[in-house]
Amino acid sequence: MAETKAPVERPLSPHLFIYKPTLTMTMSIVHRVTGASLYFGTLLVAWWLIAAASSPNAYAGVGSFMGSLVGRVILFGYTWALMLHMLGGIRHLIWDTGRGFGPREREWLAVATVVGSISLTVVIWIVGYLFMGGSR
Amino acid sequence: MVAGKMSTPLARVRGLGAARSGTEQFWRQRLTAVANVPLIIAFVFIVVGLLGRNHAAVVQILGSPLVAVVMLLFILSITTHMRIGMQVIIEDYVHDETAKLALLMANTFFSVAVGLASAFAILMLSFKV
Repeated sequence: MAETKAPVERPLSPHLFIYKPTLTMTMSIVHRVTGASLYFGTLLVAWWLIAAASSPNAYAGVGSFMGSLVGRVILFGYTWALMLHMLGGIRHLIWDTGRGFGPREREWLAVATVVGSISLTVVIWIVGYLFMGGSR
Repeated sequence: MVAGKMSTPLARVRGLGAARSGTEQFWRQRLTAVANVPLIIAFVFIVVGLLGRNHAAVVQILGSPLVAVVMLLFILSITTHMRIGMQVIIEDYVHDETAKLALLMANTFFSVAVGLASAFAILMLSFKV
């Protein structure tokens, strides 16, 4: 296929940066960023599963990394990204039906995504810590 | 549709144009998005349930048929979803034709490798039980 090339450097139309950031715009960017983070986060899932399938030693290695401060911060971020992207995705599915585009609805949906994702993340971590305490 | 007078009747019926593909990816992204919601919830439950357990117990639980099948579905759905998502990101921001092709290939390699490695591990756990 022939490549199309602009003959001269033309000024591009002003894009995102001329707009004042809004909540829905930020959430759109966050949805993409969390999606990209989760993409690489699957490496953690694969590592965890492979270690579990390999040996008790390998599994203990994953456990000590995930249990470290850095590991916990990464896992906390992973949990939040997963919840944010899941709720943001549900928001997109609602939009796919043609609903939720009104000024009040879209603001409400954006706020619900943020609040919901933080709440779910906190609940998951509280339950997680309770479970760890219980089974040891 | 934009299929103009220059296209053959067959091309107009197919409605695919120069991209030679239609809405499969759009649809598959929504399909996997819907599947991902219950699968992510199940995945979180499984992970939280495994916290603090020793290796033998983890193997036992991850290898049990129901959990293994849910995990396999989860891996299949998320890796399909993430491959399409990353493809969109690459197509949006990478305009150099060579770099774009290379990244699109790397994207598929990465997604398939992560998916296959995870699925293989789940199957191995299942056969250990």
